[in-house]
Amino acid sequence: MSWLLIRVYTLLVYLFMFLPVAVVVLLSFNDNEFGSFPITGVSLRWFLKLAHNDAILRAFQTSIVLGALTAVISTTLGVLASLALVRYRMPGKNMISTLLIAPILVPEVVLAVALLLFLNALSLPKSFPLLLMGHVIFTLPFVVLVVQARLIGIRRDVEEAAMSLGASPVQTFFQITLPLLAPAVFAGMLFAFTISFDDITGTLFWKPGGVETVPTQIFAMLRNSISPEINALGTVMIVLTVGLPLLGVGIARTRSLRHGS
Amino acid sequence: MNRNGRRSSAASRRDTNLPCPCRQRVAGAFFIQKNGESVVSFVSLNNIVKRFGAVTAVHRMSVEIPQGSFVTLLGPSGCGKTTTLRMIAGLLDPSEGDIVIDGQKINDIPIHKRNLGIVFQNYALFPHKTIAQNVAFGLKYRDVSKDEAAKRVRDALELVQLPDVGDRYPAQLSGGQQQRIALARAIVVEPSVLLLDEPLSALDANLREDMRIELKRIQHQTGITTIFVTHDQSEALAMSDMVIVMSKGRVEQIGPPEEVYNRPQSEFIASFLGTSNLLDVASAARENGAIRLDVPPLGSLALPEANAPAEGAENLKLVLRAEKIHLLPADAPADNRFAVEGTVETVDYQGQAARYFLRIGDTQFQAINMIDKSPFSEGEKVSVRFQGEDCVCIAGDAA
Repeated sequence: MSWLLIRVYTLLVYLFMFLPVAVVVLLSFNDNEFGSFPITGVSLRWFLKLAHNDAILRAFQTSIVLGALTAVISTTLGVLASLALVRYRMPGKNMISTLLIAPILVPEVVLAVALLLFLNALSLPKSFPLLLMGHVIFTLPFVVLVVQARLIGIRRDVEEAAMSLGASPVQTFFQITLPLLAPAVFAGMLFAFTISFDDITGTLFWKPGGVETVPTQIFAMLRNSISPEINALGTVMIVLTVGLPLLGVGIARTRSLRHGS
Repeated sequence: MNRNGRRSSAASRRDTNLPCPCRQRVAGAFFIQKNGESVVSFVSLNNIVKRFGAVTAVHRMSVEIPQGSFVTLLGPSGCGKTTTLRMIAGLLDPSEGDIVIDGQKINDIPIHKRNLGIVFQNYALFPHKTIAQNVAFGLKYRDVSKDEAAKRVRDALELVQLPDVGDRYPAQLSGGQQQRIALARAIVVEPSVLLLDEPLSALDANLREDMRIELKRIQHQTGITTIFVTHDQSEALAMSDMVIVMSKGRVEQIGPPEEVYNRPQSEFIASFLGTSNLLDVASAARENGAIRLDVPPLGSLALPEANAPAEGAENLKLVLRAEKIHLLPADAPADNRFAVEGTVETVDYQGQAARYFLRIGDTQFQAINMIDKSPFSEGEKVSVRFQGEDCVCIAGDAA
């Protein structure tokens, strides 16, 4: 009896969490002019309309470029920082480590305002590179955490063995360390991309005039009306942000199966 | 590059299977003068010191290692043996002193240019590469053709008796197999020196003894100068041509295993290797070729002078190894050995042998004897016999 209650309760929690998402996805296929129930017919017209909406296409392009650049820069910096923090002794190591992780702990609004004030103080105008910098700052901790955890698990003697066999430190990094680190690097990249792609708070503060990312575009559209187009856009966002990590997990799994470990 | 020359000589050695290549490979090494004798030295440590901050891990150490020999650095943990090995490997820089390999000072040569083979305690195989790729790794950085590399990988895998595992990944092999692969990977590049850092410690007891024999065979077959680090005295005694016993960052004694075991030069070695009884010497007198010692509670006994330190040594101690003491029934007839009466206090029965704790006068002794029929029982009076020439007199540590 109690098990039944627990099951029902669990089901309700999941419904509460996912029903709104399901509604958005369902309504995006609704033929009706108004984005609400009842569903009058199945159609892809809102997706088609979306595909012809220049503002949204531009926003998508911005978001993808921004996300990809954030992922690449953040992962590169994150891997280098993790190597320094895990493999080398240096003064103030704990301090640096804490500072790198801090952006996760600071509320995003505070971080956003702080960076904005900082830019003002330097009298720098808002621009795309600065928006990118903002995204790198708050995706970096995720990359550092993921990569560091993996790097600690890679024994130093494996690298020492490679060097003793004639590989220079750089060759050792690309032949041994990086391949062993690859799953974490990949995960870090996906994290950085999805976080950047989803972000609205920081982006609203940092984006220069006329540049919209997908979330800020939706936000702007919502201010006028609730068009069914937004439902379609939501569906596309869900597919991207859920699908990418799943794809990543899938790739990681097949890779580890191949190595039989 | 003389690497080519070395390679061909190693290959021909393997083919003709010379019984002991070490003695045949004098050419190319250099001679140094030490105590008037010439020693063929291949690896030399000259006054090396290693400090970590305020802590000195290795104090002014000088060692000459002959070419083709199997040398062991033996000592308890924290004695500086691994630090020494890592300095030779290039994983640590000595604070002072020179490291010379094959006549070349290598202090400033980075590890990847030293042409060494290192085998680590935890195998350190590359988990993302197959066994064949692991073994071939070092050959990528040497100008070896593809065919030649494949052949050498095959030969190396055969040498460690695992010819059929090339396509597997390290995780699919057992610990013992992984360590063999690690050894194959280290010797396939024909290193000038093979460094083994406690390679058997991670294996279980039975496997460890098999690997010990295996390792010694492979070293003999390849003739590679080998430096082995261990805290296990039986490994050191069984495998080495020369043992370097270290304690607290200092070399205590260097010599062949029998010499280090039978002629300890310090209290540390006497108590670290095997089981010994250490007794204070009350007085000593030298008389034509022998030294007469008064050792309570045993009394007066004579040792050949060769078993005693030079004249003028202080704090003399008598070292009497537990297995050199023979116990006989109390009423056994006298023979030419030294005899004293004792009482068995405790018996530690070990199957083929027994360890006895004896009391002679006020002093406790340990004796290890093979058991013929049944061991002596506790409380039994026994006649304790040993020979003066089996004892060693050493200069003890200052009191």
